[in-house]
Amino acid sequence: MTTTAEPTTTPSPEVGKARVRKEDARLITGRTRYTDAITPQGTLHVHVVRSPLAHAKILGVDKAEAAASPGVIGVYTATDLGVESVGLPCAWPITPDMKAPQRPLLASDTVHFAGEGVAVVVARSAAEARDAADLVDVDYEEMEPVLDMEAALAEGATLVHPDLGTNENATWVFDSGEAGTGGSVADAISAAEADPDSVVVKRRFRQQRLIPAFMEPRSCVVDPTGEQMVIYAATQIPHILRTMTTVTMGVPESKVRVIAPDVGGGFGGKIGVLPEEMLCVALAQKLRRPVKWTETRSESLLAAHHGRDQIQDITITAKRDGTVTGLDVHLLADMGAYLGLVGPGVPILGAFMFNAIYRIPALKFTCTNVFTTKTLTDAYRGAGRPEATFAIERIMDELAVELGRDPMELRQQNWIPHEEFPFTTVVGLTYDSGNYEQATDQAMATFDYAGLRREQEERRRNGDPVQLGIGISTFTEMCGLAPSRVLGSLSYGAGGWEAASVRMLATGKVEVITGASAHGQGHETAFSQIVADRLGVPFEDVEILHGDTQISPKGLDTYGSRSLAVGGPAITMAVDKVIAKAKKVAAHLLEAAEDDLEFANGSFTVRGTDKGKAIQEIAFATFMAHDLPEGMEPSLDADAVYDPENFSFPHGTHLAAVEIDTETGHVDLRKYVCVDDVGVVINPLIVEGQVHGGLAQGIAQALFEEANYDEQGTLVNGTFVDYTLPSAADLPSFDTAVVSTPATTNPLGVKGVGEAGTIASTPAIVNAVLDAVRQFGVTDIEMPTTSQRVWRAIQEAQGRATQETPVDTHSPGAGLGSIDPNNPQGEVQ
Amino acid sequence: MAQVRVTVDGVNYADDVEPRTLLVHYLRERLGKTGTLVGCDTSNCGACTVHLNGQSVKSCSVLAVQADGGEVLTIEGLARDGKLHPVQEAFNEHHALQCGYCTPGMIMQAVDLLGDNPDPDEREVREGIEGNLCRCTGYQNIVRAVQSAAQKMKPGATADAQTPASVAGGGN
Repeated sequence: MTTTAEPTTTPSPEVGKARVRKEDARLITGRTRYTDAITPQGTLHVHVVRSPLAHAKILGVDKAEAAASPGVIGVYTATDLGVESVGLPCAWPITPDMKAPQRPLLASDTVHFAGEGVAVVVARSAAEARDAADLVDVDYEEMEPVLDMEAALAEGATLVHPDLGTNENATWVFDSGEAGTGGSVADAISAAEADPDSVVVKRRFRQQRLIPAFMEPRSCVVDPTGEQMVIYAATQIPHILRTMTTVTMGVPESKVRVIAPDVGGGFGGKIGVLPEEMLCVALAQKLRRPVKWTETRSESLLAAHHGRDQIQDITITAKRDGTVTGLDVHLLADMGAYLGLVGPGVPILGAFMFNAIYRIPALKFTCTNVFTTKTLTDAYRGAGRPEATFAIERIMDELAVELGRDPMELRQQNWIPHEEFPFTTVVGLTYDSGNYEQATDQAMATFDYAGLRREQEERRRNGDPVQLGIGISTFTEMCGLAPSRVLGSLSYGAGGWEAASVRMLATGKVEVITGASAHGQGHETAFSQIVADRLGVPFEDVEILHGDTQISPKGLDTYGSRSLAVGGPAITMAVDKVIAKAKKVAAHLLEAAEDDLEFANGSFTVRGTDKGKAIQEIAFATFMAHDLPEGMEPSLDADAVYDPENFSFPHGTHLAAVEIDTETGHVDLRKYVCVDDVGVVINPLIVEGQVHGGLAQGIAQALFEEANYDEQGTLVNGTFVDYTLPSAADLPSFDTAVVSTPATTNPLGVKGVGEAGTIASTPAIVNAVLDAVRQFGVTDIEMPTTSQRVWRAIQEAQGRATQETPVDTHSPGAGLGSIDPNNPQGEVQ
Repeated sequence: MAQVRVTVDGVNYADDVEPRTLLVHYLRERLGKTGTLVGCDTSNCGACTVHLNGQSVKSCSVLAVQADGGEVLTIEGLARDGKLHPVQEAFNEHHALQCGYCTPGMIMQAVDLLGDNPDPDEREVREGIEGNLCRCTGYQNIVRAVQSAAQKMKPGATADAQTPASVAGGGN
């Protein structure tokens, strides 16, 4: 049954095409399945009773009234469930002597942050569980909260976990002099101090606490009926959650199936192993019924992990001609009350990015992680790299001011020129590719940098009440987490590979299974494009399966801009194995030698003839298995696991122009231009969308968002009224573009784009704000740079007294519209 | 218990509900209309936006009993006779969604906005949807989609708008 291959019409390649997403069809019609929509017959509902206090002894829990409330099945403390000794995992012991407290499912003796669970109520409906939770009477003896990182480290400080003997979790140090990857920073600083032709610039920056604030509240359903316990969870990490359920609760891994159905955003906020998830496991086991927990938004803001929260002491040394000679980084990182899954490692992920795109000969990084009685911190979009990028891009501006130089010119003088790639940096990473000149030239031209500088001069000269500020961020990041051996050297508790399988169905359709777990990124579309090209099948015929450990048994999930850079090559490796198997069948059926076959556009043809077989025909012949090569298994299916050799290093130049009303402090983002190099672009539509969303989150850190605690340790941003995500009306349209120097560290040439916008944009905005008001003597404004803070900074720099607003009486994040309670009329005092 | 008679996406329902039941919970838990989502407790995020008697409302801020005698349209009833609404089509074409969680509410709000203002400029779109939060897109493509849908919905617009794509099935 040899058929003649169709005359070769080369279809236009899928990779690079702005395909609209195949996953949208469901999402725009409401045919969705987020976890809270899953309600197996007989499901019971769980509500967590949470501590209103940051630090308190639990003297007693009176459950009687709650237990008698309508619909209540039971009210349980950790002791009732027998889980007092269960601790949630931290997978990243950054130092051998790291101090790690037990992180319980429910507090038994002491609560360590406001929002920590103390008991759970199980009822027939969610509303009944919530009603009854209000009736649980917990008797607390209040203790002193631990809120300030520096005070927490001081002698005699109240200890969050007295058994640890300290509030210090760990101190992690990298010194390029000692590592042999660069010079000694101590030498660089003493040399600069002794040299009149050098400068030493020291600054302290504050990374405020942020909340990931994914739109879908966290939720899980645990169904114990059937042979495998099924955990449906709004998570980024179904595979890790499965393994960790075994580690935490002792359920054999083979008896646990985790399904991440539609997941409504994560941004790092859904990489945890949650106390609520493990409580649902315990409750489902105990009650032998499906149980569901879905948090309210307030619970999410209060108890889901937060991000950032660092104090950064940065010292840079340079020659007066602008050549940077050293960088010393001292961080304090707030862990909150407990350690998250990778919490202690988040600042360490930034350690290798402080040198950024620059040729810095000496670098020392010291980070001390601190326990406080606040919600724990863990990964949030960028995880370590936004913090590093902010510090280096801010200090480069400070250095430019000190030296009287144009900030872009100073960057150009110090960055790695494109002809020097591959370039091994001061921290020992090898940047494989990049072209900072190209991205910068294009961004500067689009932005009209020179024109805006002229306008800025003019406004200054005229004393315009609206001043213009221009901010620069020339960033790079490390993506594609991660080479397993590197993770091993950092004591991380897992590898960094990714898995894929390809199944050729009898009717010619292709199922591709990935261990990456999408929650909005568009994997289904992008991966389909890659497979369509490689295997020569129609885009529509490729089905991407993920997020269910029974369908996709192997994987390390989605975070750290890894899905395409690590998950992508795993898919192409599996596709190549399918093609290799199919080739044997094709040679057999075409009665030709394998060496005489060519594979293109989904067909094998015998060189020099018109004889051929399409891959779909071979799939069917393999399914039939009537006539296969001797000894060949009747299957074309293949698995592959890819472990990257190196990270990938996207970079870009981001430029912001802000207008500041000096009379009100209002910051108006007038123009934002960025040119990013993310390597080979699989789908420009998706890349643009990732950049837009990333920019919005980075800009939100600079202008809008902050999680604040009052002096009792209560989070004052417990709703979206107080934790102010930007709305459409708060943001402009961005001018985004890409250039491409393909990565050489992976076979697809891709670099990663999910975090780029967030990492790059924050310092661009803050540099712009300061650029506008530095003329008044302002030297720094803490983030978010709200109207009130900008106005106050201008007043103070001009020697006018202003009254401090207590943090707990209004929302600093709501600067665009909030009223200062001390000055409700907004009068200038 | 209070009785509610309501038409949802063209189907008539009569149910006894607790008086405190929110419309969104009635839709999701009683009618299985889980396409409408809950994102916050304070009517800030707009994920639960539906139309009640032709006007967009945040269904977390409406009691089910307030909808008594009324007509509710959710994201699940927006496509008609297998044809997507031009706003749904435009969201797909302009990549105006990522995780999709804000999308049902955002689309319902955009449809309402275009009813009030058939040709909004960028500022008007941004202000018209500011009660709906999106964490993924940075809003730029949502604004594009709404403006593009406005053009297609104009009387006498291209043939494309009059014959919108059929409601796509899974996978395509």
